[in-house]
Amino acid sequence: MGARLRARLAPYWLVLPAWLWLVIFFVVPTLIMLSVSTMTGNLLDGFKQTFHWSTYSDGWDAYHVQFVRSIVYGLVATVLCLVIAYPVAYWIAFRGGRHKSTLLFLLLLPFFVSFVIRTQSWNFILSDNGIVLSPLKHWHVLGKDYHVLQTPMAVVGGLVYNFLPFTVLPIYVALERVDPALLEASSDLYANKATAFTKVVLPLSMPGVFAAVLLTFVPVASDYVNATILGGPKTTMIGNIIQTEYFTNSDYPTAAALSFILMAALLIGVFAYARVLGTEDVLEMAAA
Amino acid sequence: MNNPLDALPPDLVRGMTMPRLSRRRALQVGGLSVLGLSLAACGIPGAPGSKLGLHAAREEITKFWTEHAKNTGQLNFENWPLYIDVGKGSDHPSLDLFTKETGIKVKYGEDIQDDDSYFGKIQPVLAAGQSIGWDIIVITNGIYLDKLVNLDYLIPLDQNAMPNFYANASPLVLDPSFDRGNVYTMAWQSGMTGIAYNPKYVDREITSWADLQDPAFKGKIGMFADIEDTPNSALCAIGVNPETSTEADWRKAADWLKKQRPLVRKYYQQDYVGPLSKGDLWISLAWSGDIFQANASGSNLKFVIPKEGAPLWTDNMCIPVHAQHPRDAMTYMDFVYQPKIATMLAEYINYVTPVPATQPLILADAKAATSKDDKEALTELADSPLIFPSQADYSKLHRYRVLDSAEEKIWDGLFEPIYES
Amino acid sequence: MTALAGEALELAEEHNAPQRRRRRVHGRWVLPLWGWLVLLWLFAPIGVMIVFGFNNYTGKFNTTWQGFSLKWYRHLFALSDLTTALENSLSIAAIVTVIATILGTFLGMALGKYRFRGAGSVNLLLFANIAAPEIVLGAALLSMFLTLGIPRGYWTIVIAHVMFSIAYVAVTVKARMAGMDPALEEAARDLGAGPVTTFFKVTLPMLMPGVLAGALLTFALSIDDYIITSFNNGNTQTFPLWVYGASQRNGGSVPAQVNVMGTLIFGFGVLVAVIGFAMNREKKVRDNG
Repeated sequence: MGARLRARLAPYWLVLPAWLWLVIFFVVPTLIMLSVSTMTGNLLDGFKQTFHWSTYSDGWDAYHVQFVRSIVYGLVATVLCLVIAYPVAYWIAFRGGRHKSTLLFLLLLPFFVSFVIRTQSWNFILSDNGIVLSPLKHWHVLGKDYHVLQTPMAVVGGLVYNFLPFTVLPIYVALERVDPALLEASSDLYANKATAFTKVVLPLSMPGVFAAVLLTFVPVASDYVNATILGGPKTTMIGNIIQTEYFTNSDYPTAAALSFILMAALLIGVFAYARVLGTEDVLEMAAA
Repeated sequence: MNNPLDALPPDLVRGMTMPRLSRRRALQVGGLSVLGLSLAACGIPGAPGSKLGLHAAREEITKFWTEHAKNTGQLNFENWPLYIDVGKGSDHPSLDLFTKETGIKVKYGEDIQDDDSYFGKIQPVLAAGQSIGWDIIVITNGIYLDKLVNLDYLIPLDQNAMPNFYANASPLVLDPSFDRGNVYTMAWQSGMTGIAYNPKYVDREITSWADLQDPAFKGKIGMFADIEDTPNSALCAIGVNPETSTEADWRKAADWLKKQRPLVRKYYQQDYVGPLSKGDLWISLAWSGDIFQANASGSNLKFVIPKEGAPLWTDNMCIPVHAQHPRDAMTYMDFVYQPKIATMLAEYINYVTPVPATQPLILADAKAATSKDDKEALTELADSPLIFPSQADYSKLHRYRVLDSAEEKIWDGLFEPIYES
Repeated sequence: MTALAGEALELAEEHNAPQRRRRRVHGRWVLPLWGWLVLLWLFAPIGVMIVFGFNNYTGKFNTTWQGFSLKWYRHLFALSDLTTALENSLSIAAIVTVIATILGTFLGMALGKYRFRGAGSVNLLLFANIAAPEIVLGAALLSMFLTLGIPRGYWTIVIAHVMFSIAYVAVTVKARMAGMDPALEEAARDLGAGPVTTFFKVTLPMLMPGVLAGALLTFALSIDDYIITSFNNGNTQTFPLWVYGASQRNGGSVPAQVNVMGTLIFGFGVLVAVIGFAMNREKKVRDNG
């Protein structure tokens, strides 16, 4: 009887340490942040709980431009990531042959170097008269005063660059699981390559695409480092605002409120997307 | 100087006995007395409590320094990056000399990246009545230094222990408007905020703030995302002395900045030098020392103090409350005001040194230098108006506007949205 | 993401069978060309970083090429704060990897092997943790530390990093666990092994690729983390924080030591990849032979 009970309790013991850690350092802080978002006060006098919910609407009024911009950049970057990543994942999965591991390693290798250094290097490469723009200007492909840095293009480019592996890997894993026998079967049934792709491979890879969108869109929309390093006054993202409110203005309630609005927007978007896809178990998708 | 609080300006003392007191002055005095309390209790955070009278406050501070009369042998000094002399390896010759002459070991940190985020980091610790682990920190005059003073987070200096300072400090940093009587601070280095430009792309002479609004430079203009430099420069640009500016002036300055905004490429933290050298920027708001150092690294940039005047700022050494080695801090702070030490620092840091007597010493080092590069570099240093501004330059330089907390709200509200959104 | 990398690499090895012959098709070169262009694009900034580690500049600014020099390799540890930051990053990553791998492995095992009440909510917790943006995770943790008056520093960084890593390890191990044949553990039990012996001799070895993949990516995520760390680091500097600070402040001068360190870390990564690749080839030979 003791052994049966022990066996039934086993999963709870296994789960306990990690669960405790997440509750104490993830769930509780989130609740505290919720409580901070309705406080009022300032650094000198301290903050008190006043259930001041209008901080949320004030935050939206002041910064909805940056919110919308972040979502837009997020969507554009995610779409670009998908467009770039899918063929790469397909290439490695179906054409990699013996060298699949090597190619995957090559893909991940640049990310061994700190992303701050990598993004700073783009500052150098995309400089107005640097190694990319200079020849283009010389051959009059671009105007003399054309610049990439400090435009949305640079920020979105940086986002796509830094988050590409998050897109490639889930799609790769999903494609890798496609049984080659299915492709054989489809060609036996006189499907050409395009049909085989759209009717067999693409649908089977959708769970991977979903995971890719989730793992790409969320961090991209909430990033602020790319906007700081590569952007200008008109590319400020909501992440920049939140960071400023915390550290420059010490306006913790506004910062907390903005963080919640961001998280709510992203989670709603993710669940809506899951609905549209018709997937039943969102968790199963993401847990891949 | 027998009574440490004789350093308090007479007008402050006078002001105390007059019925109307500006809020800031009231905080200063009240702060001193409360600070005296907290020093005595050694661990109670500086919360407004019962206020001592000035005499009692003086007594507390004298008592504090008498209790901490001896060096402990350890100093923790926190500074900005690359803001001290560096020797061949990772050593700092001036710190080594300090250890040799006083026996005090120094732990040196370079984690202060900017005033606002550093303040954001230390404020919660100090509010909880804990030590931040550093005995000297370096803070620029401005909003955050004012906050540190107003929140009673700084220990008043021992005025009896500053002989080198009072002997050698330049008039610019002696009794400055942001810390009358040097109650809390001794200057580390000063600098000017002016206009830098790349002559490769700008073929005319730059002389005025209006040049930063020139549509010919559209998309190639740099400004700072800074609550001090940008607004105070804009005040100079509209022909107003920032130190005496009014709210109406601030609105005009904000309009000047808003008019400039479509032309600005980016509001930089402090990373404008790279883009300026590469041609991503042609003209920018700039710090004098940065341009000097950039040119020493191979760039060819020019720096001008615009004819309307320009801001002058000072980075100051101060002692945070609950510092564990305050006497060692005083010893060091006065140590660097010896001309020979100040020279060691000036030759590396390339900002405006607070000790004018370094100029002949640098020239002497230039004469004695063995390598041609060193000779050139040192002579340039001694002759540079960016390091030793002339009298004429000084007349054009103005300090930042000192703000009380009500004014600060208005100032922030006017200027922050310009560069932060 | 850990799950994916781990799985991806495993699947790549398992499916490394040579391709069947196909009819020659037009445009077959498009896909590889795309792939190699993307890889080239990914490596471009690394190249810039490596090159500027050899720049012979004096003074503060490493922006224009001034000639070749190895001096930064000689004076790699000249900036004591940078060195401390790098040491902090490495030690934090090591500690975090150990803690997160242990906690996450147990969690993943439980989720993959057992059906128990509360499994659904644990899954939801993991999903929320992975889906929440870094800035929210970091800011929330900061809110708690501020409210409770806990000073931020080295250990709060460790806490934060473990917090976001557990989920990735758990999900990897869970996937691996779910794919494992339960018959093996039963067989061990039938042969008289107790639960602990079963774990160490049967379960763990089978889980090992998932555990290692989780550990490897926890290490990589921790050592390169910026956003969460910047909210919770207090006065402690880590390598990404130091580099970011240097790039934004102090004139924007990032000393070449940073480039050299980045180059060496990258080189180490290449070495690990090559060793892994060689080991795999040897294993394949052994398996097939």
